Amino acid sequence: MGLFAVFEAGLLKMRCHLIDALPQIGGQLSEIYPQKPIYDIPGYPEIKAQDLVDNLLEQAKPFKPTFTLGERVDSLDKQEDGSFILTTSDKTKIHAQVIVIAGGLGCFEPRKPVLENLEAFEGKGVTYMVKNPETFRDKKVVIAGGGDSALDWAIYLSKVSERVTLVHRNETFRGAPDSAGKVFDLANQGKIDLILSANLKEVNGNGKLNTVVLEGKSKEEIRLDADYLIPLFGLSPKLGPIADWGLSIDKNAIEVDTRDYSTGVDRIYAIGDINTYPGKLKLILCGFHEAAIMMHSAFKHVYPDQKLSFKYTTVNGVNAF
Amino acid sequence: MVNFIVEDREGNRQEREAPEDMGLNLMEILKAYEYPVLATCGGMALCATCHVEILEGKEGLGDATDVELDQLENLPEYFPTSRLSCQIRIGDILEGAVVKLRGEDVV
Repeated sequence: MGLFAVFEAGLLKMRCHLIDALPQIGGQLSEIYPQKPIYDIPGYPEIKAQDLVDNLLEQAKPFKPTFTLGERVDSLDKQEDGSFILTTSDKTKIHAQVIVIAGGLGCFEPRKPVLENLEAFEGKGVTYMVKNPETFRDKKVVIAGGGDSALDWAIYLSKVSERVTLVHRNETFRGAPDSAGKVFDLANQGKIDLILSANLKEVNGNGKLNTVVLEGKSKEEIRLDADYLIPLFGLSPKLGPIADWGLSIDKNAIEVDTRDYSTGVDRIYAIGDINTYPGKLKLILCGFHEAAIMMHSAFKHVYPDQKLSFKYTTVNGVNAF
Repeated sequence: MVNFIVEDREGNRQEREAPEDMGLNLMEILKAYEYPVLATCGGMALCATCHVEILEGKEGLGDATDVELDQLENLPEYFPTSRLSCQIRIGDILEGAVVKLRGEDVV
């Protein structure tokens, strides 16, 4: 939805910067069901989710959006002139006249195993994604999980780390057979330790992680020396810091005024699945409508001295920046 | 109508009913009763946010299918009778079953 908002903003000479917690654009369409066909996009009897994202990106291109990906917006600071400074999880700061929250069901965040003390070791040995593989060079790494990411990182880090242990609760992997085969080969060659039918039980350390404790098949305890634990159990959406921005939230959605999809906070709008109002339908096509309406409302904040005149693209075309 | 029991994440049980002739699935019924089920993917068995455990009645409901297992196996925790509720079609097979909500709460 953010991508179409970029297009609608561009028609009104407003340029956008897109921020997404995911490392790629496209939100849940790209993240969850890129290959699924969608049948209710007007004008497309059938279109794959990723193709729709690609088309939306193409449509937005003339308006030269810029991107901050893989970072979550953590805080908003209102400036004296009404604009905002947004600060991301990586401390990137972005200045904006208007904020449009097109966050779908929230930020996709890693699913965490239920372990006592786990959060105390986050950033101190426990990490849920591999941002820079060099972090793990010559370290003892435990990876937990049985999906494609767990397999792929176990293979990759086996060349970088001092020791890689892959812990999986079952005897077999359902991830890509190719990757699973490679993992078994590496285990046979002694290049990784593969512990199957085991579950994470405890994490220990002294200010920094040093031991991961597993429960094996026969309930026996397995203790592993570890500098890092990387649990890879997929992603799940969470509303996250949005809940702390003073917006009116109802059942994990932001309440908006349907006249312009504005929230209760001046200059903040919410469109798509993240908003709620009487009669709301969580459909992509409804989000498109919301994007067009809200951008016409946002114009007054970006160009307070100008009068907005409504124009059709059939008359004016798309005037690129 | 089919009658079954839903146990929420706090362990509270409620008798629930659902029409078997409307082509609905269990996830949709849970949402209709306003249980905190995200159902991010809307019922495509692609996200596992509608994870439930079948406490009673597994015989009728059967095992998780391959597409369900692909998702369940990615979760930090799942159980021998775990299912994705979006893949359970409302029908007689659900009569008398006890279904427990699993997975993350919607927070």
